[in-house]
Amino acid sequence: MDIMELLKSLLELDLGGYLQSVGTAVWVINLIGVLNLATACMIIVIFLIWLERKVIARMQDRIGPNRVGGKYGLLQSVADATKLLSKELITPAGVDRIPYNVAPVLIVVASLLTWAVIPLAPGVIGVDLNIAVFFVLAISSVSVVTFLLAGWGSNNKYALLGAFRAVAQMVSYEVPMIVSLLVPILLARSMSTVDIVEAQGIPFIVVVPLSALIFFISALAETGRTPFDLLEADSEIVAGFHIEYSGMKFAMFFLAEFLGTLFMSAFFVVIYLSGYRFFGVEELMIGGLHIGALLGFIVFVVKVFLVYFVFIWIRATLPRVRIDQLLNFNWKFLVPLSLVLLLTVAVMDKLFLADAAQIPKAAVLMVTNIVVGWVTVELLRRRDNDGQTAVSPITEEAVTAH
Amino acid sequence: MFGLEFDQIFFVLIAAVTLGFSVLVVTMRNLFHAALALMVAFLGVAVTYVTLGAGFLAMAQLLVYIGAISILIIFGIMMTRRIMSAEEEPFNGQAGLAAFTAVIFFAFTTYVFINYWPAVPAVSPLAMAPEVDPAMIDNSVVLLGQAFVNPNAYVLPFEVASVMLLAALVGSVFIAKPRIQEAEA
Amino acid sequence: MIPMSWYLIFSAALFAIGLYGVMARRNAIAILMSVELLLNAVNINLVTFWRYRTPDRSVGLAWAVFVLAVAAAEAAVGLALIISVYRNRDSVIAEELDLLRN
Repeated sequence: MDIMELLKSLLELDLGGYLQSVGTAVWVINLIGVLNLATACMIIVIFLIWLERKVIARMQDRIGPNRVGGKYGLLQSVADATKLLSKELITPAGVDRIPYNVAPVLIVVASLLTWAVIPLAPGVIGVDLNIAVFFVLAISSVSVVTFLLAGWGSNNKYALLGAFRAVAQMVSYEVPMIVSLLVPILLARSMSTVDIVEAQGIPFIVVVPLSALIFFISALAETGRTPFDLLEADSEIVAGFHIEYSGMKFAMFFLAEFLGTLFMSAFFVVIYLSGYRFFGVEELMIGGLHIGALLGFIVFVVKVFLVYFVFIWIRATLPRVRIDQLLNFNWKFLVPLSLVLLLTVAVMDKLFLADAAQIPKAAVLMVTNIVVGWVTVELLRRRDNDGQTAVSPITEEAVTAH
Repeated sequence: MFGLEFDQIFFVLIAAVTLGFSVLVVTMRNLFHAALALMVAFLGVAVTYVTLGAGFLAMAQLLVYIGAISILIIFGIMMTRRIMSAEEEPFNGQAGLAAFTAVIFFAFTTYVFINYWPAVPAVSPLAMAPEVDPAMIDNSVVLLGQAFVNPNAYVLPFEVASVMLLAALVGSVFIAKPRIQEAEA
Repeated sequence: MIPMSWYLIFSAALFAIGLYGVMARRNAIAILMSVELLLNAVNINLVTFWRYRTPDRSVGLAWAVFVLAVAAAEAAVGLALIISVYRNRDSVIAEELDLLRN
C-alpha cells in the first residue's frame, strides 16, 4: 500500500504531502524542495545552452554542435562545463578581493531566489507570497548590484564600462517592466502569482497584448539579450563586467544569464500565458487521482520553452542597438506608452467594465490595447515623416563633442 | 542556548550583523567598501522587517535602498573618485565628541526603553507582539494599499509624496547637469 | 517571541551609529550614507510600533513607506548637490566648503 501511496503522490506532484504523512519533519521537506528546485534549474541550463546553440545554428544555416554525445551533440555543454570546472581560477593582480569574489556567488543566488514564487503546477510552488510579483522585482533589482561589484572589483576599465552600461540599462528598463506588470496585477486584483494564474480564464496576453509586448521587450533588456546585449558587447568592450573572470567564476555569470532568461520565460508564462492552465486540463481527475497536476506541469514546461524559443529566435534575428538608441527607446517610448496603457486600462476597468462579464470585458480591453498601440505607432510615423527623429539629442551632443 | 528561543537567537544574529556592518559604514576609509557595508546593513534591516511581519516593506527596502539608493551612492563615489585615497583622514576634529554624543544618546534611549517600556524578559504582555491572526498580517498589505487611496486616510500625503519625488527627480537632474558654458570650456 | 524593547534598543543603536557618522565623517557622501542609516533606524521603530501596538491599522507601515520615499528623494538630490559641488570646488570634504565663513 505504501508504494501505491508513494506512486500516487509522485503522480500528483505531492511528494511533500506523502513525506509528511509518514512523519518527516517539515523543515526536511522544505530543504528537499529547495534543493530539488535549485538543482533542476541549474541542470536545465546545460540543456538550454545546447538548445540555444542548436537553434541559432539552424537559423543561420549551420549544423551546430554535432560531435560530443552522438549525432546531435547533446553532451556538448556537459563537456564545456567540465572544461570550465577544470580550469584554473586566476585572480588578477590589483582586484578588490571581496567584491570580486562575492559577485559571481551573489548573481547565481539572486537568479535562483526568484524561482521560489513561480507556480510550476497546481499547488506546486515554493512559497505563495501575497506580494510575489514585488518580490521578483526586488530580487532582480538586487542582482543589478552584482554587476557593479564585478565591474569595480575587477580593476579593469572595460569591466567598469560594462558594469556602467549594465546598470544604466537595467535600472532604466525596470521602469516600463514594473508599470507594464501593474496591468495584469490590476486585472487579477492581486500580486500573488497563484492568484494571477487563477484569474486568467482568458490568458492576459489576449486581454492586454500591449502590456505583454512591453514586458517582453523589457525582459529582453533586463536579461541583457540581443538586441540589448551591449552590456557584454564582445566587439566593443570585449565581454563587459565579467572580462576578468575565469573558470568556474566565469561559468557562474554564464549560468546566471541563462537562469535569468529561463526565469523571464517562466514569469512571462505565469503572468500572461496563464501558467499551468490549458483548457481545464490542470483539473483533470482520473479515478480519484489528480493527474491534472502532472499535466499542468507539462503544459507549463511546454509554454516556457515556447517563450524561450522566441528569445532565441530574436537573438538570431536582430542586430545590437546603440546605447543612446537603447536609452531613448526606453525613456521616450516604452515608459510613456506603459504609463498611458496603465491609465487607460485602469479607467476602462473601473468606469465601464466593473460589472461586465468575462468575455466582453476581455474583448473591450483587447480592442483598447490595440487602439493605444496603433495610435502610438501612427504618432511615431507622422513624427518620422516630419523628419524629427532622424538625429537624437544625445548623438547630436556626441557629434559636437568630437 | 542561554535560555533563548530560536527566533530570539535569529534576531540577535541579524541585529549583530546589521550593527557590525553599520559600524563599518561609518569607520571605513575606503568609501566603496563602506557603501558595500551599507548594503549589507540595509539587507539586515530588511530581514528585521520580515521578522516583524512587514514583508511588503522588506521588499520595498530591497527595491529602494539596495536596488536604487546604494547604486546611486556608488555612482556618486565613483564620480568623485579622486578623494577616495586611503591616506585621506576619514574623521574630522570632533570625532571624539561625536562618539561621546552617540554613546550618550544610546545609553539614554536604552535607559528609557528598559525602565519605561516593559523590560527583558517581559513582565508585561505589552512587551510581546500581540498574538494576531496570520491572516491579519497578510491582510496588512491590502489595508496599506487601501489607506493610500482613501480620502479619509493618506491619499493627500501619498499624492504629495509623488509630487515630491517628481520634484526631486527634476531638481537633481537640473543641479547635476553641467552648465552649457562649463561644458564648452 | 522577541520582546519589543529588543527592537527598540536595536534601532537606537543603529541610530547612534548613524549619528556618529553624520557628526564625525568628513566626506559628504559618507555623511549621506550615515543619514540613510538614521532613516533606517527610524523605520525600524515605526514598524515595531505597528507590529506591537496597532497591527490592525496601517499607520506605522504607511509612514514607513513615506520615509522610504523621502529617503529616495533625499539621496537623489543630495548626490546631485555633491556632484555639483565637486565639479565647482573639486572637493567633497564637508569642512572645506567654507565659502560663507567670515
